[in-house]
Order: sequence, then C-alpha cells, then structure tokens
Amino acid sequence: MRIQALVIRILRQIMRDRRTLGLLIFAPIAILTMLHLVFNGGDYVPKVGLIQIPDAVEAQLDQSGADITKYTDAGQANQDIEKRRIDGYIRFDHGSPSVVLEGSDPNVNGAVIRWIQQAVAPLQPGGSTNLEMTFIHGSAEMSQFDYFGPVLLGFFIFFFVFLIAGVSFLRERTTGTLERLLSSPLRKWEIVAGYIVGFGIFTMIQAALIASYAIYVLGMLMEGHFIDVLVITLVLSLTALTLGILLSAFANNELQMIQFIPIVIVPQIFFSGLFNLETISDWLNWIGPFTPLYYAAEALRNVMIRGYGWGDTYMDILMLLGFSVLFMFLNIAALRKYRKI
Amino acid sequence: MHVDDVHEKIVSINQVSKAYGKQEVLSQISLNIYKGEIFGLLGPSGAGKSTLVKMLTGLEVPNEGDTYLFQQKMPSLKLMERIGYMAQSDALYGELTAKENLEFFGALFGLKGKALQRRIDHVMSIVELTEHLNKSIHHYSGGMKRRLSLAIALLHEPELLILDEPTVGIDPVLRKRIWDTFYELNDKGTSMIVTTHVMGEAEKCHRLALIRDGGLIAVGTPEQLKAQTHSSSIEEAFLAYGGVKA
Repeated sequence: MRIQALVIRILRQIMRDRRTLGLLIFAPIAILTMLHLVFNGGDYVPKVGLIQIPDAVEAQLDQSGADITKYTDAGQANQDIEKRRIDGYIRFDHGSPSVVLEGSDPNVNGAVIRWIQQAVAPLQPGGSTNLEMTFIHGSAEMSQFDYFGPVLLGFFIFFFVFLIAGVSFLRERTTGTLERLLSSPLRKWEIVAGYIVGFGIFTMIQAALIASYAIYVLGMLMEGHFIDVLVITLVLSLTALTLGILLSAFANNELQMIQFIPIVIVPQIFFSGLFNLETISDWLNWIGPFTPLYYAAEALRNVMIRGYGWGDTYMDILMLLGFSVLFMFLNIAALRKYRKI
Repeated sequence: MHVDDVHEKIVSINQVSKAYGKQEVLSQISLNIYKGEIFGLLGPSGAGKSTLVKMLTGLEVPNEGDTYLFQQKMPSLKLMERIGYMAQSDALYGELTAKENLEFFGALFGLKGKALQRRIDHVMSIVELTEHLNKSIHHYSGGMKRRLSLAIALLHEPELLILDEPTVGIDPVLRKRIWDTFYELNDKGTSMIVTTHVMGEAEKCHRLALIRDGGLIAVGTPEQLKAQTHSSSIEEAFLAYGGVKA
C-alpha cells in the first residue's frame, strides 16, 4: 500500500519530466543508430584447433600468429568451442581440410580466417585457398555492430537508469522529502522497494522499446528469445538502480553524481566484453568479474548472438541479482544515517 | 489552552545530550510539554533546535537520556503516525501537482479513497490553497509552498504538530495568516511545538523554552520570562538569561 504510493509517485514524476523521459528512451536509440553506422574493429590472436592433422601437413603449416591446440576428434574440439577455449578448428579427417568457427565475434572470425589463409598457403602451391567454412554461431555476414550491440544495449540501460535513479534519490535527500518520508511510518526497506518497483516498471518499457528498435529496425542479430533479453535487461537495471541509489548517498549534489560516471560507469565498458578481455593487460582484466555489466553483456550475447536460453544465462542473471541484493542491503544500511529505526 | 488537559504530558525529554563527533549539539536537556499547548523553542540558528525537534520526530536518537512521546519511548514507528512534522525545507515534489503531493503523503499514512479526498479538501481550505489544488508545484510561490507543506503535515490529523521554523522567509501578512491557522488548530485540540529564531514570534506561543549553544536556559510563559528578568520584551529576557544585561 505504502510501496504502491511510492511507485505511483515515481512513475508520475518520470512521466512529468519529458526531457528525462526522452533521454532515457531516445538517447540510447540515437546512439545505437550512430554506432550502427560507424563501427570498426581491432587486433586479436586467434586460438585454433587442429583435428587429426597429418604430420606431413603439420611440418609445412605456418604455425606462428595463433594459439594452436591439437585434437584427435571433433567432439572434444566442439566442447572447447562452446567453452570458448578455441575460436575454431581445421579438420583434416575428411580428405580436404575444412574449417569450423565459433562465429559470434566478427573480429575473432576475421582473425581466424586471415590466419588460416596465411597458414595453409604453403600447402597449396596453386595459391587458391578454397576452404569450406562452417559457423557454429553467427555467420560470415555478421557485422561488428551485431557483436557489440548486445553489450551496448545493456550498457545504455545500465548507464541511464543508474544516473536517473541516483539523481532522483539524491533530490529526495537535498529537497528534504527524504526526511519527510522518514518522519512518516514508512519503513526503510519500503522506500528501497518502492524505488525498485517504480523504476522497474519504467525500465521494462524502456528496455522493450530500445531492444525492439535495435533488433527490428536496425536489424541487430537476434537468435534467442526476446523475453530473455527483457529479463536480463530488467535484472541489469535493478542492479543499476540499487547502485545508483547507493552511490547517491555519497554525493551532495547532481554534479557529484555525474562524477561517478568516469569512476563507476566508464570502466565497466572496458571490462564488459565490448573489447576482447584477452587483449587487455593481465594486470587489469581481473576487474571484469567485479563489474555487473560483465555478466549482463555475457548473458545478452548468449541470447542474442548464440541463441542460448535460460539454461545458459541463469548464472549471469543470478550474479546480477546477487549484486542487486548486496546493493539493496547497503542502501537500507545507508538510510540508517537519516533514521535509526 | 485547554485547562482540563493541562497536566497530561505529551512530550517528555529527560537529560538528553547529543554530539556529532566531538561537537556537542545538545547538552543535558530536560523538558516537559503538555497536551493542548503551543510550545515554542526559541534560540539563534545553530542553537540545536532542529536537532531537538528531530529527536521528537524519531529522525535522531540521543547519545544520552531519552525522549517520550505520549508517554511512550521514542523512536517508534507507531508513535510517528501521531505526529505531523514540517521541516525547515518545504519537502515537496516539484514535478507533481499539489494534489499529487497530498495523495502521496496521505497514502504513506494509510489514507485512501474518499477519506483521503475529504482530508485533502479540508487541509487545502485551511491553508487557503483550494483553488490551486491542481497546479504543479513549479508554479507555486515560496509562500504557497510553505502553506502546502503545512497542509501535508496536517493531512493525517496528527495529535501533535512539530513545526521547524514554519514562517521563515514569509511576509508579515502571510505569517499572521499562518499563526491564525495555528490558533484554530489548537482550539480544535492539536498540540504544537514550534521552533523559531524570531523573538516577536515567540510571544505568540503559550510557553517557551529558550535554547542557546545546545543548552536550555529558561522555560516559562512569555509573561513569566519577562517578569522574572524585569524585561519588556522576550529579546531582553533572552539576553538576561544568557548572562548579558541589555
């Protein structure tokens, strides 16, 4: 009942503030559109498996520039592809060699294909490399945008929900309404719950609009179920919301809230898989698993590019829920600063 | 003042001290407030009035001593339902209309449906804002916001109103109107605690506590305080209690 009052109030406030509403929905759409138009790639050392490679061929193969793993049968290699220990493999057990690629990252696909063409060149004096290629996920036509898209989708939802929720809670504090809330019989957890449900309803709509625009208008690759994308983005926005409210306790004004962006938000982009974590120095890439966006990006990619379902994403979703619950308890604890009971 | 209520304590502050870190804000305050009173807490800004008031609303807890409201120990969520608190800041949601603000705060106190609408109409007529009910707060003047803030504090018919600097920054005409409202509410049985740093306003209270540097320097009716110090005004009395001869 009291939570419901909070939810209605939050939704009314969002609806009343047209600019913020526009920012939350159209800014991500506009940025995704721009990125769709301009994207470009980077450098990567491919991990390639070789299945039943004849000794004579191996001697001639140029093995530099890639991590090579040797297999005796395709089953083991396929498992390693699913676990992403290798990016693809060449099989020599069917007469003419053929290539199988994991395929979800066009950057990696390109690197593997370039390496294979260069490696097998000495085998074919004629010069023409006519290899048969199979993609487990994605396709040769998959663009950079398709690969980055799911991460960006998650990022924008995270970023804007973090900012808007953080600022609106900050305002609650600076305008004195928080004090007024706390001088009513409202419980601290009810305040946090009201915010979660209020913004939760709004981000559902936001995520659905942005995701459907990216998928159906921009043509972003979408192999899995739309509902899975919504579930992941909803859980992600829950994390963003609870983190935003929590950090707003450490800001005295809106500008100080903005200052959290380079500290808390931007680093997450680097470690969420927008850039391949393996190309980031070892002394930095351990940060990835400590950022919520890392799990959301992984889950969104699994659904949108690899077409996986709930069974493969639930661990990431649980991690995000874990973050949210942690932040929620910290929020309730932070509210003790304003009222002891 | 309602004579028959005069001995019923509604607020009892016993030996209360509060410090933030090393800075002591309140020291050894003991005070009783009775039902039906308009009780003034008078002191310069920074004297500790707001901190004392926050203890009564449950927002602060003392380091030492304890506070009782309606003879029960604070802080307690149950008791908080019986208080109407108006803080120094207006504490309104600027994006929303007056009605939406009232509906929201009313719902927090469990008001709903027809009963809520009746209370909204009633409190808005008390503060004379009925015709501005559906206006957005953005379009409210400072004085209107102050009155709406008071209306919200009245919404759930509290037995005790705690008002922190209710008329600060308000012109004399509006100040008089707000005090008329206080007397009307008081006639209907609402007890009130009002903080102020304006000496003239203090004379409007039934009884006063003078606070300086976190300590209570005197308690009594304005007439008593003036008589005891042979002063002609509360301002002089305040100076006399503070050890300065005017």
